Amino acid sequence: MNLPNHSAGIDSRSNKVSMTGRRVESFIEVQELEKLYRLGEVEVQALRGVSLRIEKGEFVAIMGPSGSGKSTFMNILGFLDQPTRGQYLLEGINGENLSRDELAEIRNQKIGFVFQGFNLLARTSALGNVELPLIYARVSGVKRREMARRALIEVGLEERGHHHPSQLSGGEQQRVAIARALVNQPSILLADEPTGNLDSRTSIEVMEIFQHLNRDLGITIIMITHEQDIASFAKRNIHFRDGRVVEDRNSALQG
Amino acid sequence: MTTFLSSLRIALRALMVNKMRSALTMLGIIIGVAAVIAMVALGLGAQSRISEQIASMGSNLLMVVPGSFTSGGMRFGAGTRSTLTVEDAKAIAAEIPGVKYVAPSTSGSVQVVFGNQNWSTDAQGTMPELLDIRNWSIALGRAFTAQEVESSAKVCILGNTLVENLFGGIDPIGQIVRIKRFPFTVIGVLEPKGQSGMGRDQDDIVFVPFTTAQKRLFGRDIPGMVRQISVQARGPEVLKEVEEQIKDLLRQRHRILPNQEDDFTVRNLTEIMGTIEQTGKVMSLLLASIASISLIVGGIGIMNIMLVSVTERTREIGIRIAVGAKGRDILLQFLIESLVLSLIGGLLGIGIGMVGTLILSHFTQWPTLFSVNAILLAFLFSGSVGVFFGFYPARKASLLNPIDALRYE
Repeated sequence: MNLPNHSAGIDSRSNKVSMTGRRVESFIEVQELEKLYRLGEVEVQALRGVSLRIEKGEFVAIMGPSGSGKSTFMNILGFLDQPTRGQYLLEGINGENLSRDELAEIRNQKIGFVFQGFNLLARTSALGNVELPLIYARVSGVKRREMARRALIEVGLEERGHHHPSQLSGGEQQRVAIARALVNQPSILLADEPTGNLDSRTSIEVMEIFQHLNRDLGITIIMITHEQDIASFAKRNIHFRDGRVVEDRNSALQG
Repeated sequence: MTTFLSSLRIALRALMVNKMRSALTMLGIIIGVAAVIAMVALGLGAQSRISEQIASMGSNLLMVVPGSFTSGGMRFGAGTRSTLTVEDAKAIAAEIPGVKYVAPSTSGSVQVVFGNQNWSTDAQGTMPELLDIRNWSIALGRAFTAQEVESSAKVCILGNTLVENLFGGIDPIGQIVRIKRFPFTVIGVLEPKGQSGMGRDQDDIVFVPFTTAQKRLFGRDIPGMVRQISVQARGPEVLKEVEEQIKDLLRQRHRILPNQEDDFTVRNLTEIMGTIEQTGKVMSLLLASIASISLIVGGIGIMNIMLVSVTERTREIGIRIAVGAKGRDILLQFLIESLVLSLIGGLLGIGIGMVGTLILSHFTQWPTLFSVNAILLAFLFSGSVGVFFGFYPARKASLLNPIDALRYE
């Protein structure tokens, strides 16, 4: 796999931005991010200049009303979309001039997605679902199976590998989705309303898994949620409104 | 190899989700391939039948007949005076080196009577060489000798149809039959040949020596007159040459001036049958092409269903792209699905086509011939139909925007 040269990207950019001349290397670096949608004749400015940094191993919750731009932000973080202006660097990688295929490769290697609606393949077993990113990473069958098994163990579902999503509860399905997101050892886990379709008890179970992944395995997690009690599981809360960051708090709770 | 097999398995599983839909989609391909296989088999069968008939008529064959065809139809002079003679035949044999056999003949309709049975047939008076020229074999007895021709002996050789109709199970050799009140001894029976290329029963015939035919059977005609001269060339290479040489020779002998038409016609039967064979081939090709159209229709069916399938699985495609599927991966996934559809349809079509053709041939007695090449070609064709018509939907799938796709209900 050929990823673009990290150092070249980061050196030029960081040196330009930093006023004190100090070389800054953040895990995630977002500068003046803007996103403009054109829907027919209507123009929607989803992001109006977002700048922030996220360090490796952080657990961040992104909150805000609908239309605030948080989903757009997540899409850009996940290399599913490109900004119209501004920059996004993940571990120094700039997605700006990359092709669709190159972006797909970055997603495969660096990003793990968890969705509100789980988004599992209905006609595939839990193991098959978890293996999916590995198929596109061209991992051989035997190794794939092993890695998928281990990911399922990590989320406590080692017994349910051969079940299909229809045979699993909501919470179990989300855990399969988390295992899938983890299986290729990504740099960041992006979760969009991960507890939106779950009851409160299951939500807490999922959040405890997130905490375990973050605390014990050092995985950087960025999640969108509109529920305050879910957000409080994260150490840092960022609030969006009208395409901008209006608040960026580190909470002392949940160490 | 493993990725190919797993892709195959994934494709099969996707197709099994809606077995009915997959089966109906395949139907177009199945019918198309079956039709092509049947048409080609019938075409090849007919062609080989024609080739057999050409061979049975005699090879490198030229027929010289009096009169010309220039003014639409046979044109005899006033009084039906034939212009070909035995001397002409002898001259052809002597002076043209490319000639292997020459046999003049005269013919007419006669009644052959045995006991209380009679049969109306065509009697040919000719030389024994004619049997070689026209590829006749003796099944029983013998042909007549040059001596018998010399002495105008009243001997005859019967075709199989006459034997069946006049003699039933009795051995005809040595028996006496009456032709135009004259008694003829049967000295031989011909091997059956069946129908000619133009539909005539070739076995409905009796051969007698040329001289006997002239003197006894068709005596009112001018002696020396000949109805036709059959010529066999030494080989296909000299056939055209011999044809031209015969024309020149006869024009010379008949003292035809340069601006006058021939008073004879040389028919190149091999050429005629060759034309018929060519026509047969063109017809077969046409039939196969028309059958191929149904394959195209089958392909359109595949494209239609794959488009529906892609739309239905928009979300699934979005997930795959999100976790790292490249455009190529999605393209291949759907392309393999349509390929599997068309190839399985192709195999079934070949099977059904072959069985159907055999059944048809059994009931209609039409000749059929299966060619491995044609079957292979049909299989490859169905594969390419799958790839060609599956490409557009697969490409559409690969170009989906994952964000929109994931939002799709």
